[in-house]
Parts: sequence; structure tokens; C-alpha cells
Amino acid sequence: MHEASAQPAVHHHAPPQGFIRKNVFSLDHKVIGLQYYGLALVAVFIGMILSWLMRIHLGWSTLAIPGLGKLSANGAPGGVMTPEYYLSLMTMHGTIMVFFVLTNAPLAAFGNYFLPIQVGAEDMAFPRINMMSFWVTFVAFLVLIAAFFVSDGPPISGWTAYAPLSAVGKDAGPGQALGQNLWAISIAIFCIGQLLGSLNIIATTLDLRTKGMSLARMPFSTWAWFVTAVMGLLAFAVLLPACVLLILDRVAGTSFFLPAGLVVSDKLQPHSGGSPLLWQHLFWFFGHPEVYIAILPSIGIVSHILPSFLRKNILGGTRTMVGSLIAFGFLSYMVWGHHMFLSGMNPFSAILFSVPTLIITIPAAIITLVWLGSIYGAKIRFDSPALFCLGFISVFITGGISGFFLAQPSTDIYLHATYFVVAHFHFVMGVAAMFGIFAGTYFWAPKMFGRMMNETLAKLHFWLTFIGVYCIFMPMHYLGLAGNVRRYALFSDDYMIPLTPVHKFITIAALFTGAVQFIFLYNLFHTRFWGKKAPDNPWESTTLEWSTPSSPPPFDNFGGKHPVVHRGPYEFVEGGTADYVMQTSPEQVGAH
Amino acid sequence: MTGKLFGLLVAIITVVSTAFFIMHTWWLPQDISVLGHGVDHQLNETMIGTGLLFVAAQLVLAVFVWMYGDNKDGRKIKFFPGGGGVMVTFAIILVGIEILVLTFVGSKVWASIYIAPPPADSMQIDVSAEQFAFYFRYPGPDGKFGVVHPEMLSDSNGNYFGLDPANDVDARDDIVVGELTVPVNRPILLTMHAKDMIHSFYVPELRIQQDIVPGLTIPLHFTATKEGKYEIVCTQLCGLGHYSMRAYLQVVSQSDFDQWLKTQSGD
Repeated sequence: MHEASAQPAVHHHAPPQGFIRKNVFSLDHKVIGLQYYGLALVAVFIGMILSWLMRIHLGWSTLAIPGLGKLSANGAPGGVMTPEYYLSLMTMHGTIMVFFVLTNAPLAAFGNYFLPIQVGAEDMAFPRINMMSFWVTFVAFLVLIAAFFVSDGPPISGWTAYAPLSAVGKDAGPGQALGQNLWAISIAIFCIGQLLGSLNIIATTLDLRTKGMSLARMPFSTWAWFVTAVMGLLAFAVLLPACVLLILDRVAGTSFFLPAGLVVSDKLQPHSGGSPLLWQHLFWFFGHPEVYIAILPSIGIVSHILPSFLRKNILGGTRTMVGSLIAFGFLSYMVWGHHMFLSGMNPFSAILFSVPTLIITIPAAIITLVWLGSIYGAKIRFDSPALFCLGFISVFITGGISGFFLAQPSTDIYLHATYFVVAHFHFVMGVAAMFGIFAGTYFWAPKMFGRMMNETLAKLHFWLTFIGVYCIFMPMHYLGLAGNVRRYALFSDDYMIPLTPVHKFITIAALFTGAVQFIFLYNLFHTRFWGKKAPDNPWESTTLEWSTPSSPPPFDNFGGKHPVVHRGPYEFVEGGTADYVMQTSPEQVGAH
Repeated sequence: MTGKLFGLLVAIITVVSTAFFIMHTWWLPQDISVLGHGVDHQLNETMIGTGLLFVAAQLVLAVFVWMYGDNKDGRKIKFFPGGGGVMVTFAIILVGIEILVLTFVGSKVWASIYIAPPPADSMQIDVSAEQFAFYFRYPGPDGKFGVVHPEMLSDSNGNYFGLDPANDVDARDDIVVGELTVPVNRPILLTMHAKDMIHSFYVPELRIQQDIVPGLTIPLHFTATKEGKYEIVCTQLCGLGHYSMRAYLQVVSQSDFDQWLKTQSGD
């Protein structure tokens, strides 16, 4: 079978001519992918600097931070942060990181750029909807950032925005007037962008696969994006109405989340009949799938990258990996109540929610074990993408295992709302997902930019980051065991004061690890414009993104031809001239 | 070389991290409650089980990367004996056993604190949480709590429970204080309400934590076994002063408690 015999795919649109259509309002999935990546990059550095400010305050609460007073004269008079401004920064850190970094970069950025190429399509199924999904997300980001510049500052209710704090309005405290409105509007808009993006990914995966690209031959990354998009469609469809109800409670006088008899700032609030727990159920029905939406694409990316550096497929192949990904996605809808063990809901339901939460560790354990089993007997190539994948496995194990403590109501009694929880979700969702993003960036930069990242800087970035994240987040487990409560601007309680040296250590580690990320930023920009030209297939990989006629790929990805797929995604065979077989390669190779 | 460095680093991180857990450098404060040992037991069991998993998984990663990072010519790629099926079976059995054990034992601990009714001789104390303080109400000599009127709740005149002593006989002798004083070894039943936001009642030494939600009355029971002064802290983000929201728990002898109650009723 030859490439010429493939059916031409539908031509969605002609190559753009003007600068604006080419680079700004582009319909090209690759440009949109890079736009998402750029947005996530801006967001992650803002989020990181916010975490620096928070950490400095937690270590040295009276220290004046130069310039902070300029950002907010009320929030940080003279550069010393007020407790409420700490909460504002914390809310913005969480919101920016979860939504605009961890949801955007691994799924929307890499998914947009590489999913169509990996299935052999010219573009996404709905290029206009794709463009709209990015620009909607961009608007959501602007609305959120605007909260920094309104008179009473960003909201203080955290990224979870629990009612009544988020719902009663200005009586609840600084930031709870316009700032909280902007937050709710921003997240509602963000949901629309995600729903559009999810539809596109699902339709593209199901409808635009090239000849020979059966579901079983899709790369793990494509599978992960597909499963994540399905989860996103169901999860954001719940958060969107929840945000609408929250906005109505705030501006239209409704009482979805507000009960009768609420007295805030000595004023009886004009509400009755609502339930604060309703918000928590809606939020976590979205929120738990959401944390898997953040990590699943990275699991897929790591599983996709590893074979190229182990020179063999992942143990168990597609059936084991994809089965685990689907189990992950399915179970993620049954566990939201584990965020609410102590919320005042019926204590029987805690036991019910605990069981699927513990069961979800089975697909996680399977994935980890097949990774480890794949490393067994491999010939590892230690390029920077491989290092970040191996680092990912380590932090994923660390973050996953602490979940056992929080999945059980009996141990959650003590550890809930302590730094143990902060350690857990930063390892498993934050750091692990970031390692997936780094691995993806180093791996795909030769394709996205046609240039190789500087390997020396990349490795330096890896070693320092890997040590740094353990120095930041491992001690948080110890703080949690000592009962140190999270979301506190100061630790003035008698039993928390002795823990201050641990906080100082974490702050220093965070400043150091954050600074290391500028190595990455420099490397990325330097590579983009001046990097060494990349060969066509630098990692000797097998999937379709390495079959395009150029790097970056031409507008229609495969230069007018349509690739035909003849085999599974990761076929490596020792003994020939090359030890790998491209998916497009028609030749028969020895049984394997 | 790189593989050995990675393996070594993962091993060092694992050993150092685990050492602090084993040495209890930072650990739970003493348990001063009747039911807390169940929580501690469950936490220790989980710590041992997951600790072994953590060390084993990290060390396997370290050793494999150390061993197979060496790319000497002539070495052939090997495949894990048994393939993926072995891993799936292993994961289901290992994690499955852990889940069964944790669920059956842990659920009993949870049920003893949150599902089992409080002992019949429990002393009831009413709790009101508000931005950024806890208030505690004892029924006074008549043993009856006055009715709460939300519209009368007011910090400015100190009516933290919205009582109406002018028209409500039961409310007249209610004792309202900012510190929770309880007799040692006496079962206590807290009935908790929140005035404005969701707050949470957390006493690490008692191994109890419970959100207090506006619109609901949430019960929580405990029996303190050791006299002393402990901190009650709020663990649910409730506004700008969240970090400062706390109260003290005084556990005193029965005779000291009776004396304290008498003094409070006197004025």
C-alpha cells in the first residue's frame, strides 16, 4: 500500500496569507497550540512569582518585599503583605496554576499541536471552534488578571471558592466584591473554552484518523488527550452552571449556596434556602476529574516519550496503558466526596466515597509498575526528555502514595486541611504535571521550532529542579503530621511557632527552584530563535509527528500527502540498520 | 554515568525523606482522647504500608536506572518476564489487599467517632463559630439552652448566640464564654453552628476535625483524658483573619470544672 492510494482528507481551509490570520487569529492547530503554550508560560511564571511572595511571607512575615507595595498599596503597605493579601495571592496562585497552566499546557497546548499530527490529520475537526476556544481562554485569563488591579484586590476565597465566603459579596471581606465577581466570570468563560476544546479533540480523534490509524495504533499521548477531553467535557459542563449560580447569588440576590440566618459583618444577609454544601458537591464533581485532567495528559506524554529513550515499547503495550487511563477517567467521577469527608455531609457517605478513591490507586499502580517494568532491561538514553520522564515517575510515586492517607476518612480526620494535603497535591498534580510539560517541551521542541534545545542547560535544569522540588514539598508532609494548618497567612498558634524553621527552609528551596526555571525560559527563547537546527527525527522515534516533511510541519502537516499507518505506535527491533520502525513504514519486520 | 547519578540521587532522597518519618522528628502531638488511638493506629499502619511501597518503588526505579543506563555495546534489550499481565495482577493483589485492610479497619475508626452516637451521659455544649472566633455556650443551672434568634446575633453588643433573655426564660442563665472548659474523662457532645462562613473545629491532640456549616447544626463528640490547655484552630478558609481564628480548650478535673461553672453562673 502506497501513500498515494490514501483518500484525501477534507480540506478545511486554505493557508492563511496576512500576518494576523497567520499568527494571531489563526485557524492552524499548530499556531493555536503554541498560543496555548505561550499563555501557559506567561501564567506559570506569574503563578510561580506569586508562590515566591507567599513563601517569603510564610518564612519572614515582617519582611518588606521591594515593589510589592506598588502592586497593591492596600494589600502590601510598604511592601509588607497583609494577611488578606496573602489569601488574595494564594487564590490567584491556585487559580492560575490549576486552570491556566495545568489544564492549558499539557492538554490544550500539546494536544492541539500534536494530536492532529499523531493521528495523521491536517488540522482539528473544527478549526474555527479551535481558534475560538483559545481566544475565549485568553479573555478568561485577562478577566482573572484584572482582579489584581481592582480597588480591593483579588478574591480571598481560594481556588475552591467555598460559599458563603465566595457568595455573600463585599461583607465577606476584601476582594470579595468585584474581585470575586471577576474570578467567577473568568472561570465561567474558561469553562466555555475548555468545552469547545474538548469537543474538538474528541471529534478529531474519532473522525480524522488517517488510513491505517486504528484506535489501537494511536500513541499513548493521543489516547491520554482523548480520555482527558471526554473527562473535560463532563467536568467543565458542571463547573460552568455552578459558576453561573454563584454569579447569580452574588449579583441577582438568589440563594443557591446561601442559607437563611447568615449574619456577616453584623448584618443579617437577605438570603434563605440555599446550601453551602451544594457548591462543594458541584465544585468537586468538577474538581476531582479536574485534577486528573491536569495529570492524565502528562502520564500520556511520559508514556509516549519513554519508548524512544528506552528503545522499546512500554510493558503491556496499548491494552494495559489505555485500559488504565480509561479506568482512571471513569473512576474519577465517583470520588469527589473524598474532599468532603469532614464537610458536614452524612458520615456514612465518607466510607462510600473512600472505596473508589482507594480503588483508583490500582490503575495508578499498574501504570507505575509497567513504567518500572519497561525500564528493566532497557538501553536508556539519558537525553533531557528522558530525565524528566524518569523524574516524573519518582515524583508521581511520592505524590501518589501520600494519597493513601487522605483517601481514608479515619486518617483524613487528622491530616485534612494541613500541609500534608499541600504536599500531596503539589507532588502528584503540580510537580508531576510540570515534569510532563518539561519532558514534552524538550522532546517536541525540535518539531515545534525545528531547533534543538541546549542539552547542557536542559540537564542542569533537570538536576536542580528535581532536587529542588523534593526540598520544597517533602518537608510539607512533616508539617502536616505536626498539625500545621494550610491557608494560614501567619503561624501564630502556640504549636505552630516551633515549625517556623521548616517554613524558612521550604522558602529558600522555593526561591532557589524558582530561579532555576529561568534557565528553562532562557533555553526556550534562545532555542526558538538561535538554536541548533534539528534533524528530522532527532530521537529516532516512531510516531507520525516524526514523518512530517519538515520541522515545523507545513501548514497541512504532511505536505499534501496523507500518511498511511501500517503498525502500532512503538515498534523497536534490534539487529537491523535502525532499531526502530516508523508507523508509516510498510516493510515487514521480524516478529517481535 | 548519568544513570548511576540518577539512581544514587533517588536513593538518597528516599533514605533522607524516610529517615525523618521514622525518627518522628516532626510528629503528631500526644493523643488526649478516648477514641484518638484508633486514628493513630490507622495512621501508623498506613505509614508502614505506604512507607514500604514508597521505599520499594523508589529503590526499584533507582536500581533499574542505575543498571540499565549503561549502554555498553553488545548488551541486548531484555523484557520483563511475564509482561504486562504480571504487573496488572501484582498491582491488583497488592493494592487490593491494602485497600481491603485499610477500608475495614479504618471504617470502624471513622464510625466510632463520626457515626456512633455520643455516650448517653454526654455533656452538651453549644458552639458558635464566626469570623474569627469560637464561642461556647453552657445551658446553665436549668440545663436548657435558650432559643437562637439569628436576627439578634450581634458582635457589637456581645450577643454571640442571638439570645433573647428578655422573653426567653431558658436563655437567661445560659453561660457564654470564649474558652472551652471541659471536665476530664467526661464525654462531651458539641452541637456546632456557624454564624457567617464555613469554619472548622480542629484540635490536633483530640484527633478530631469537623467543618461547621452555616444553616446546619453539626454534632461532634469526644472525651478528653488528660488535663491541660490545648489549642482549637479553624481549618476552613473563612476570611481575612482565618489564620488568627482560634480558642483554647481547658481540660480540668471534675471539681475544678464544677467550681468554674459556679463562678460563671454567679455573675
